Amino acid sequence: MNTAVSFLELPARLAAWLLLAPLLPGIINRVKAWVAGRRGPPLLQLYYDLARLWRKSVVMSTLASPGFIVGPAVAWVAVAGAALLMPIGAAGGALSFRGDVLLLIYLLALARFATAWAALETGSAFEGMGAAREVSFGVLAEAALIAAVLSLSVQSGSTTLDAMLAPSAWPGAVLLASGLFAVLLAENCRVPFDDPNTHLELTMIHEAMVLDHSGPPLAVVLHGASVKLLLFAVLLSEAALPIGRLAPGAGAAALAGSVLAVTAGIGLVESFMARFAFRRVPLLLTAAFLLCLFALVLAWKGGAQ
Amino acid sequence: MNAAQPFAQLTNATALPWPQVPDLPVSRLLEATAAELDRGARLCAWFGVPEDGATRLAAVLAYDADNVLAVARSHPTSGSYPSLTPAHPQAHLFEREIWEQHGLKPEGHPWLKPMRALRGGAPANAEFFRVEGREVHEVAVGPVHAGVIEPGHFRFQCSGEEVLHLEIALGYQHRGIEGALAGGPHRATQVQVEAIAGDSTVGHATAFASAMEALGGGEAPLRAQWLRLIALELERLANHTGDIGALAGDVAFLPSASACGRIRGDLLNLTALVCGNRFGRGLVAPGGCRHDLDTARLAEIGERLDRALADAEQACTWLWDAASVRSRFESTGTVSSKQANDLGLVGLAARACGLVRDVRYDHAAGWHRFAQAPVAVWPSGDVFGRARVRWLEIQRSGQMVREQLAGPPEGGVRDAAPEAAPDMLAVALVEGWRGEICHVALTGPRGEIRRYKIVDPSFHNWMGLAMAMRGQAVSDFPICNKSFNLSYCGVDL
Repeated sequence: MNTAVSFLELPARLAAWLLLAPLLPGIINRVKAWVAGRRGPPLLQLYYDLARLWRKSVVMSTLASPGFIVGPAVAWVAVAGAALLMPIGAAGGALSFRGDVLLLIYLLALARFATAWAALETGSAFEGMGAAREVSFGVLAEAALIAAVLSLSVQSGSTTLDAMLAPSAWPGAVLLASGLFAVLLAENCRVPFDDPNTHLELTMIHEAMVLDHSGPPLAVVLHGASVKLLLFAVLLSEAALPIGRLAPGAGAAALAGSVLAVTAGIGLVESFMARFAFRRVPLLLTAAFLLCLFALVLAWKGGAQ
Repeated sequence: MNAAQPFAQLTNATALPWPQVPDLPVSRLLEATAAELDRGARLCAWFGVPEDGATRLAAVLAYDADNVLAVARSHPTSGSYPSLTPAHPQAHLFEREIWEQHGLKPEGHPWLKPMRALRGGAPANAEFFRVEGREVHEVAVGPVHAGVIEPGHFRFQCSGEEVLHLEIALGYQHRGIEGALAGGPHRATQVQVEAIAGDSTVGHATAFASAMEALGGGEAPLRAQWLRLIALELERLANHTGDIGALAGDVAFLPSASACGRIRGDLLNLTALVCGNRFGRGLVAPGGCRHDLDTARLAEIGERLDRALADAEQACTWLWDAASVRSRFESTGTVSSKQANDLGLVGLAARACGLVRDVRYDHAAGWHRFAQAPVAVWPSGDVFGRARVRWLEIQRSGQMVREQLAGPPEGGVRDAAPEAAPDMLAVALVEGWRGEICHVALTGPRGEIRRYKIVDPSFHNWMGLAMAMRGQAVSDFPICNKSFNLSYCGVDL
């Protein structure tokens, strides 16, 4: 454990992650509105939504066990914990230790499990379908993520996120960035994998799992999703760009700019592309996996380190 | 056909004295109807007429290629009769409806249950066809939906993501319109007819007005017929544009979805310019139209129409050019032309399966006798086909309205509503934007409406949607549903 991190830094970083994350969906929506020539919802809409949901009461199915409430909570804690592992430029991760990348992957898997568990608790056909889709697509997305992480690990010769994400900008970075961008879209239920705007239960993936959640648990789900989006945007930025090599100030600025660019990119993808039929989703995820795999081959044979 | 035929012929928007409608024994009517359906006739309406505590069955057939309609009726009967449905699936819903309304049981009907099921509780509480198996699961959607749409219940039998069977239960908006029209026309009749399916206001109002005019042996003034055509085509333009936008929205293709929603509004506003109401309420009435167009508004409509059509062209071009949209639309929700023919699909759903069926062409009445657009047909039968037919019709209807705006006929738009003659049967077909709207009016001894039968195009087409979903992914249902965009209230009546 990196003892250099002061006691104040950990809560400060956590607060920054949690407070900044809901900005991203706002930015995406503004980009989409701008392309469509609409005014669009306020940038801070998700903050308003979270505040509103937090004040509401919870409607709970009589069939559901406490897992219905515990699930979103566990998922939120897991995602927030994963965020703390992520290094921020040269400042490194708030928590950093050898093999922390494995914990990151497991925490994301835990979050998925907890959400699917809560969904199945309702016994509803919609939720069951949503959970089935989330888990089956998750298998493929996870494979791509693991391949990406492996290539970073081979490239840097380390299993610590700090060291893995610092250098980058090697030839495979383009492959890796493309693969990770597809994973980001899939993991965060964006077009072309899912449609975050849809009201059609039958076509949803992630949304279908949380249809029965209301009030604070729903707020937790929505907030957790935005943190996850920020986490993936940071991961993508740092995997592709040598942000860890920059001075802390420049690094932070570069990271912020890169995250902003990724977010705007998501907005543009959603503005100009229709979503895929479900039967085509595995093809795209497999392509993402292959991209990451090629990056791994490149890192392995390309004489890295 | 010759004189020995058991059917009396008539053309669209004309009437026939009820005693001249061939009166056949029930078995003879069924045989003759089955024979005509085998020969390629289409069932426009199949309904009961109550008489002396019993019920007469009445059939209205359409021979699209011959541009003629045929009617026949049975002796009053009660109890049961042999079902047409096993051999002619297009009779499926008609027979369920007759059973529900008059208690006449079609013997051998493969799936006899109430069509609207309101006496026994909500339609969703009825018995549904079930597929058995360990891996089969049931998904129930509605009647309350996530979007602001009409209520209807959909019951899917799924194996994983694949739909094995879909059953649709409607009736939530049953208002008893047919019953309310009997004894009329009343003061409220006009409003009730316009509310049969609010998005087809002009279509239903025109069918009603034509039927009433036919009963009185007259016709609306030419200028009124011309104005009805313009209103009908504007209704088609607005709905088709909205539907293309909605289809784009369902596959999350935002450029066309955003644009078409606005253009639909622009087109609806053109109807508002004609009569003050965006849906054409209060425009068409028996005897003519209640509003006329002056030169200034004619010019303005033409100008605004040109702009809206140019915008629509742009929005649709984005849609057709996007490979991601094509891959979603193509081979999704396919109905073969054989299925479409067996089920008796009408309107754009039929034309998208390659069937050439268009009342404006096959049974031209009103101003459509003088102004015709080529029938828009697409062979594929999938969501892409239905979207494509919409686009073709936008272009062709737009062109037709442009031409008509350039040359309005002279004269007034309204005569006194003709007095309906007693004991007459009138049939009026109108090609609404969804398809064939069929109104059948029968008058009693005082010229009052004795029985009024309404067949909305959705009545024919809901089964098409159910068939389109066979073997599809359940996640494709919304886009298939949107591609048909059928009316719930038009069926619930």
